[in-house]
Amino acid sequence: MQETLAFTVPLSWYLILAAILFTIGAIGVFTRRNALLVLMSVEIMLNAVNLTFLAFARTRGDSIGHVVTFFVIAVAAAEAAVGLALVMGVFRHTRTVNVDSLRAMRR
Amino acid sequence: MFEQVMFWLFGAGAVVTAGMVVAPPFNRNPVHAALALIASFFCMAGLYMLLLAHLLAVLQILVYAGAIMVLFLFVIMLLNLGDHELGKQSSSVGQMIGLVAMAFVTSKLVVTLATSADSLPHGADPAAPEALVRDGFGTVATVGDAMFRHYLVPFELTAILLLIAVIGAVVLAKRNL
Repeated sequence: MQETLAFTVPLSWYLILAAILFTIGAIGVFTRRNALLVLMSVEIMLNAVNLTFLAFARTRGDSIGHVVTFFVIAVAAAEAAVGLALVMGVFRHTRTVNVDSLRAMRR
Repeated sequence: MFEQVMFWLFGAGAVVTAGMVVAPPFNRNPVHAALALIASFFCMAGLYMLLLAHLLAVLQILVYAGAIMVLFLFVIMLLNLGDHELGKQSSSVGQMIGLVAMAFVTSKLVVTLATSADSLPHGADPAAPEALVRDGFGTVATVGDAMFRHYLVPFELTAILLLIAVIGAVVLAKRNL
């Protein structure tokens, strides 16, 4: 049975919104020096990608975009766990979470 | 009409709260940034609902706003960061160049998307007045069917990935193994 749900918001609006959110996240990654905020900005970028996948899934009417988004959420959870563990390990050694002050490999 | 109103509501909410995570005056305190990010995730969940991705909207709130952000808040409170630990928010020339380049790339992307809107398939297209959406699109049954019928191996690999992440997090965060 085909449901006749009108799709009144064009696909391009969702893509533009995802592009804007991805930019906000990327700017956060580039400009913030607090490691926790950098990780949060990465989460924003992953969310923007999820939005793109789901918008295309809605337009095409298949569930594959949903499956991929599920995997992205799982990867984001793993990334957050390892990233935060790294931040804690770095903080224990250097007493800072500022990524500019981590220059041990620059000598 | 309702869909468009909700799109603007959730979209503006997601952009504003995501901006509060990144923009300088709000994010001095990491707890405020984390709370703004949770609000952004809820707005994104609303957008997923509009896209009929019901399962993913619930997962977004459970996994992102629930599990991941609680982990963030735990770490923020565990580290108990003061001004000394946060260090100076330096602004170098390279950062400014990156900022300008990123804004340029995104503006080009937005313009391209906006001008090619007619060639992209969408519901307002006269050739396809209704997007092809089957009954039960985005529900647990439909997504689970696609996942376990065609993507079983990646699904199992996800379990291994999460196991590796758990072991890695414990090894990295433990004081002396």
